[in-house]
Amino acid sequence: MSSTLSALLYLAASVAFIMSLRGLSSPETARAGNFWGIAGMAIAVLTTLAQPGMQVSLWMLLAMAIGGGGGLYIAARIEMTALPQLVAAFHSLVGLAAVLVAVAAFYSPASFGIGVPGAIKLGSLIEMGLGTAIGAITFTGSIVAFAKLQGLRSRALEALPMQHQINAVLAATCVVLLAWFCLTGNEAALWLLILATLVMGWFLIIPIGGADMPVVVSMLNSYSGWAACGIGFTLQNTALIVTGALVGSSGAILSYVMCKGMNRSIFNVILGGFGTDASAGAAAGAAKEQRPVKSGSAEDAAFIMKNAASVIIVPGYGMAVAQAQHALREMADMLKKEGATVRYAIHPVAGRMPGHMNVLLAEANVPYDEVLELDEINRDFAQTDVAFVIGANDVTNPAAKNDPKSSIYGMPILDVEKAKTVLFVKRSMATGYAGVENELFFRDNTMMLFGDAKKVCEEVVKSIGGGGH
Amino acid sequence: MATTEITQGAAQVANDAAALAAKAQALAEQAAMVQQAGGHADMLAMFMTVFVLACFVGYYVVWRVTPALHSPLMAVTNAISSVIIVGALLAAGASAVGFSQAMGFLAIVLASVNIVGGFAVTQRMLSKFKKKQK
Repeated sequence: MSSTLSALLYLAASVAFIMSLRGLSSPETARAGNFWGIAGMAIAVLTTLAQPGMQVSLWMLLAMAIGGGGGLYIAARIEMTALPQLVAAFHSLVGLAAVLVAVAAFYSPASFGIGVPGAIKLGSLIEMGLGTAIGAITFTGSIVAFAKLQGLRSRALEALPMQHQINAVLAATCVVLLAWFCLTGNEAALWLLILATLVMGWFLIIPIGGADMPVVVSMLNSYSGWAACGIGFTLQNTALIVTGALVGSSGAILSYVMCKGMNRSIFNVILGGFGTDASAGAAAGAAKEQRPVKSGSAEDAAFIMKNAASVIIVPGYGMAVAQAQHALREMADMLKKEGATVRYAIHPVAGRMPGHMNVLLAEANVPYDEVLELDEINRDFAQTDVAFVIGANDVTNPAAKNDPKSSIYGMPILDVEKAKTVLFVKRSMATGYAGVENELFFRDNTMMLFGDAKKVCEEVVKSIGGGGH
Repeated sequence: MATTEITQGAAQVANDAAALAAKAQALAEQAAMVQQAGGHADMLAMFMTVFVLACFVGYYVVWRVTPALHSPLMAVTNAISSVIIVGALLAAGASAVGFSQAMGFLAIVLASVNIVGGFAVTQRMLSKFKKKQK
């Protein structure tokens, strides 16, 4: 295949990838978007296999079949609640693949047309070094993110004393090693760089708290893109460069959206903001007042909602943990039958990855036009009879608006307190992730429904069904 | 006498020619080096152009993605970032058998998990997004 033809085919693959992301602008075109992506990938792979000098072996196809089969198996079996872990695990694979490709290119540069061993061009060394470093950070960082999302506990996942100082020294070491490698093309420098960046990735994610994982997962998504980009420069392959840039900017934008949803800067998140501040948490615990809260039973909730004309459901991570989405949808269906309008309000950082709640609700057959974003629905709480908060806490806390001393001050929240009645499904009176007391629990128009989110929904369903006739 | 002069003259011419040839070769080598270096610089500039423009395309396309589909967006971007398989295939398909090839094969397996898994899980998610039935 001539180089012009293959360049054009790689261009076609890049365009297909752009169309794929473009398709996600609305749920109607999204499935077509996914097919664009598959088409782009097929073009890229086939074009590569048709390169002159390419020895297509059975082993290669076998390697693809093994990997592909494994991927298909995992994708078909994974629970939708475990999606964030899955994405993190997938990111780690991209990172490791980038490192392996860079190492392969270093030891046989001739197969990539970038020189001979020991005499690789400076430009290629820089690109290779960057690709390796970012790939290695993505690899171990994603493993830690996976472990945290999966709820694994280990000493290796605990932050060391003076973690930030250690990280700073380590980061400087990585930069020095990168410079050494780029300037000399030294073999030892490459391996030391890989080692240092692997440790860096691990330590980088360790101090970050569990609820900041949406940001972390997005950030690693972005890194995996930049790593592909670096390798693309090394291989002088436009498909890789374009795709890497698309993925890189996509992850960066998602990180930005997540940070904005928490009113925090990316640095604040990386340095491990509120969730890890043990002293503040203890102080808040000590100062906890014993104020009366109104708590009710599922029957009370059923009675209130049956008489409501409009209900807005606010789901959070707690719903995912309890796997309550199906029971919740059943409850919503019953309320609709009783004549109420039921809608869902999603906060940008609800769940453990961007858009997590939307997927879970879609899985439970909730039509996507009933699921609204914060900006779309926030004004409607004032005209709503019941706000049903299930497994969400901090994203509804009015302290974000009225208490400048609060650590979540300035975070955009869902104005559930403006609804006539707030029903708050919660396991206990424990504070949310941010360790901040929620003023909402003590309001007159709030009724707490203590218990497991799924059980509460099922009981409400029973009460509505039983009491109706 | 005349013959020696002619011989000498011929030898002189031959020497001059040889020197000239050597100079020409040196010049050609220099030119080639310049061209190569210039060529690499041009290529780098071209790839930087592609990169920067792609970043802009990515920026505008991704902002248009509806927040409801941010999870599928992550899954699909994860799948397409595995286009790195191109590099893995090049490494594995080299004629020389060795360390690099082994690295290539391993990278093919990893990237394939991602490609198929990423697209399949995206498909699974998207198949759940339905409009209200009326």
